[in-house]
Amino acid sequence: MATAAPTPRFTHPAARGACPFAPPPAYQQAQQEEPISRVSLWDGTPSWFLTRYDDIKAVLADPRFSSDATRPGFPFISAGARQLSAGQTTFIRMDDPEHAHQRRMLTGEFMIKKVEALRPEIQRIADRLLDDMTAGRTEADLVRDFALPLPSLVICLLLGVPYEDHAFFQECSRVLLRRDSAPEDVDAAQKRLADYLVALTETKRTAPDDGILSRLVERGELTTEEIGAMGRLLLIAGHETTANMTALSVLALLRNPAQLDHLRAHPEAVPGAVEELLRYLTIVHSGLTRVATEDVEVGGVRIRAGEGVICMVSTANRDAEQFPGGDELDLTRDARRHLAFGFGTHQCLGQPLARLELRIALDTVLRRLPGLRLAVPFEDVPFRGEMLVYGLHELPVTW
Amino acid sequence: MLVTIDQDKCCGAGSCVLAAPDVFDQRDEDGIVVLLDARPPADLHQAVKDAADVCPAAAIRLETA
Repeated sequence: MATAAPTPRFTHPAARGACPFAPPPAYQQAQQEEPISRVSLWDGTPSWFLTRYDDIKAVLADPRFSSDATRPGFPFISAGARQLSAGQTTFIRMDDPEHAHQRRMLTGEFMIKKVEALRPEIQRIADRLLDDMTAGRTEADLVRDFALPLPSLVICLLLGVPYEDHAFFQECSRVLLRRDSAPEDVDAAQKRLADYLVALTETKRTAPDDGILSRLVERGELTTEEIGAMGRLLLIAGHETTANMTALSVLALLRNPAQLDHLRAHPEAVPGAVEELLRYLTIVHSGLTRVATEDVEVGGVRIRAGEGVICMVSTANRDAEQFPGGDELDLTRDARRHLAFGFGTHQCLGQPLARLELRIALDTVLRRLPGLRLAVPFEDVPFRGEMLVYGLHELPVTW
Repeated sequence: MLVTIDQDKCCGAGSCVLAAPDVFDQRDEDGIVVLLDARPPADLHQAVKDAADVCPAAAIRLETA
C-alpha cells in the first residue's frame, strides 16, 4: 500500500483533447496508470483524484467522506467555486443526518409518480417551443430556443418562480457556474439571486401558490433565508443541467447519424438512449468533491483525514471494466449503472425530472425535425469548457 | 429471494422504482421507498438485483431464501 503521497500529475481541470465529448486525455491516462492519483488545484493545493468506477462508487457511498465545504481540506475546483460554497449552506454541502432531514423535505416533490404526472405539461411546453422556433424560420439556436427554456419553464412552474424573470436568473447562474469568474463577481451574483429568492419566498407567506417554495413556507421548519437558498439551488440545478444535457445529446446524435436513424425508427428506445447519453456525456465534468473525515483506505491507497478527494464521474462512466468500449456512444448499451447523477445519499434529487425532460426533449426533436442538421461546421460549435457544468453555449441548427 | 428495505437509509432517488416497478414504490408523502413484494417471482429477480445495485443509499438488501 502506498504511504507517502505521490507528486501531483497535473493541475485540475486539465485541457480537453481532440474529441470535445471525451474527458481530458490526462484523466484517461491517470485512469490507466494511476487510478487514484494526486493533482494540484488552481491555488496549488493538492487533492486526491479518483478515476475508476468502483473506487468512486465506494467513496461517494462512504459517510467518512464529507460534503461539508467548511471542513478544512475540502477541495475547490476554482476560486469562484470556493466563493459559491461561502453563501447560505444548502443540503448538498451538508452531511447526514442534517442533509437527510432537509433533503426529505423535497424528495416527495421529485418522486417518479409526481414527476410523471407532469408529462402532458412538459410535452405541451416542448411542442410550443418547437412551434415558435420553426415558425417562419429555417435556422435557430437550439440552446436558446429549446434546450434552455424547456427545463427553465418547468422548474419555474414547480418552484413558483415567475418565468418572466428568466433573463435575470440565467445571467446570475452563468456567473456562478463559470470556473473563471472572479470571487467578487460570484459573491455579487450569489447575493442578487439570494435576495431575489428570499423576497419571492416572503411573497408566498401572504399569497401562497401550488409551488415548492410555498409548501416549504407552509411546512414552517426552515427560515426564509434557508428556503431562499434551497430555491436557488433547485432553480440553478433544475435548468442548467437538463439544458446542457439536451443540447449535447442532440449534437452527439447528429455526429452519430447511424444511431440517430436507429433512434428515429425506434422511439421506444429513447429511455435507454437517455441513460447511454448521460453516461457518455457526463456533464458534471469537473468531478464531485469530498473531504475525508477519517483515514480511509480506497483501492489500496490510504487517504488521510482532512485530505480532499475529487471523484471523476466522467472517467468512471468510461471505465472499461464497467463499460467496455466506453469511449463510443452505443445506444443499445445497458448504461443504467452510470454515475452521471452521482452516487451515495447525495445522488441527484431531481433525476426523475431530468430523465423525463430529456426523454420528452429528444423524442420531440427527433419526431418533429426529421431533417435536423448543424447550421455551422462542427468545429465552430462553442462548448462550455470553462463552466462547472459542461455543455454548449449555442447549437446552431437547421432542418 | 427475500427483499428487505431500510427506509431510514433511503434518499428517495427513485432508482429502484425505475429498475423494478413491480417490487418497489415511493411513499406518497415523501418519496421514500415502499416494498410491494418481499418475495418477488423468479422472472423479476434480475430487475431486483439491478435495483439493489443502483440504489445510491444501500437501502435494499437481498437474501437467498
